[in-house]
Amino acid sequence: MELFERLLKGDLRAAGRLMSRAEAGAVEVRPTLGKIYKAAGKGHIVGLTGVPGSGKSTLVSKLVEAIREDGRKVGVIAIDPSSPFSGGSILGDRIRMSNLAMDDGVYIRSMATRGSTGGLARSALAAVDILDAAGFDIIIIETVGVGQDEVEIARASHSVLVVSAPGLGDDVQAIKAGILEIADIHVVSKCDRADANRTITDLKTMLAMGITVSMKNMNDKPLWQVPVVGTSSETGEGIRSLLETIDRHRDVHRSSALGPQRLRRIAEYRTFKTAEDLLRGRFFASTSERVAAMVERISRRELDPFTASDELMSNVAL
Amino acid sequence: MSSPIRVLLAKVGLDGHDRGVKVVARTLRDAGMDVIYTGLHRTPEEVVYSAIQEDVDVLGISLLSGAHMTICPKIMKLLKEQGAEDTIVVVGGVVPDEDVAPLKEMGVKELLLQDTPPNQIVETLENLVAERGPR
Repeated sequence: MELFERLLKGDLRAAGRLMSRAEAGAVEVRPTLGKIYKAAGKGHIVGLTGVPGSGKSTLVSKLVEAIREDGRKVGVIAIDPSSPFSGGSILGDRIRMSNLAMDDGVYIRSMATRGSTGGLARSALAAVDILDAAGFDIIIIETVGVGQDEVEIARASHSVLVVSAPGLGDDVQAIKAGILEIADIHVVSKCDRADANRTITDLKTMLAMGITVSMKNMNDKPLWQVPVVGTSSETGEGIRSLLETIDRHRDVHRSSALGPQRLRRIAEYRTFKTAEDLLRGRFFASTSERVAAMVERISRRELDPFTASDELMSNVAL
Repeated sequence: MSSPIRVLLAKVGLDGHDRGVKVVARTLRDAGMDVIYTGLHRTPEEVVYSAIQEDVDVLGISLLSGAHMTICPKIMKLLKEQGAEDTIVVVGGVVPDEDVAPLKEMGVKELLLQDTPPNQIVETLENLVAERGPR
C-alpha cells in the first residue's frame, strides 16, 4: 500500500516516513504532500512560542496530558535550532515529554530549523498536515526558543500561545512591538513563583492599552479579547483552564468571520513560503559555484555585493 | 537537497552516566547530523516508540550499566514487532568482548565502545547509512 493510503488509515510509521521525505525536500514528494494538504484541515493547530527557558516543552507535555484525558488525539512538532556551523543539531524536547512516549494517541516529532529563521522549521507545516490527515485532533507546534521578532508561527497556526516566564523583563518590555503582539492567548508559566503576578499584571495592562488604542468608539468590543492565563507545570495549576481557553478561541473563530479570515491568511503564507523555498533551492543549486568564485573578489572589495547579485540574478535558472 | 542523518541517542534502564552520550551527541551534531536525545532512564518500549515517531536512520543505545544482554534483545524484538527493523541499531559504552558476537547476531550493526575515537563514530554511522541506501 502507498504511504499516502496508509497515512489516511492512521498508520504512524507511514506518518514518520512521510515527514522524513518532506524534510529531505525531494521533488518527488511534492505531489504526495499536495494530496495530504487537501486531505487535511480538520485538526486545530496550536502554535506555542516564547523565549528559551520559559518552560515551553514542559508546558506542552502537561497540555498533552490534559488533551488525552478528554480522549482527543494530539500531535506535537517540537522545533530546536540547527548549528549555524555544521548544520547538525541536538533535539532535546523529548526529554521533557518522556512520560508521553508510549501512547498511540500522542505523536511527537522533533525537527531542526536548518537555517530557516522565524522560529519554524521549513517542513514543519508539511508535518502538521501529515498529522492532521492521520486523524490527530490537535496539533501543537512548539517553536524554537525565540527572541523578540520570530513571529512566523502567527501566520501558520489557528491559535497562538505566547509563553512568558516571570522575572524576565519590566513593563516596557511588554509594550514593545514583536512577539507579544501575536498572541491569541498569553500564558505566564511558572506561576507558582512569587513574582508571577507582576508579569500577569504587566501583560494585562499592555493588553488593555491595546484595546483602548484600537477602539473607534467606546462601544467597540473585539470578538476575541486576548486573555492571560497563569500556569504551573509544577503543580498543574491553570493547565485545564488553558486548554478550555484554547477550545474557546477555536469556537469563536469557527463561528465568526475571524476563522475564514485567518484561514486565508495562513493559506497565503503557506503559498509564498512554499514558493520561496522552491526559489531558494533552485537559486542556490544554480549559483553556488559562481558565488564561490566571486567571494574572493568581494572580500578584497574589487567587486561589490550589489553588482554581484545583479549578475547572479540575470543568469539564474529558475 | 539531501537530509542530515537522523540519530536517536538513548540511555536505557538504571544507568545515570550520560557524559559519554552527550559527547557523542555533540560529535554527531558537529558532523552535521540531527541528534535526538531522550534523556536518562528510558524503557526499551519508550525508546522504540520514539525511534519510530522520529523515523531515525540510526538508534544509538548507550549502556554502561552491564545490562546490555537484557536490554538489547528487548529493543531488537520490539523493533521487529513494530515493523521498524530497517532502523540501524548501534551500541556504545562498556561491553565485554564475549558479548560482542551475540549482540551482532541479534541484529546490532556495530559496537562503538569506550575507546572509539569520535571521527570513527561519525564514519561508522555514515557508512552504515550509505550501505542501507535510501528508504
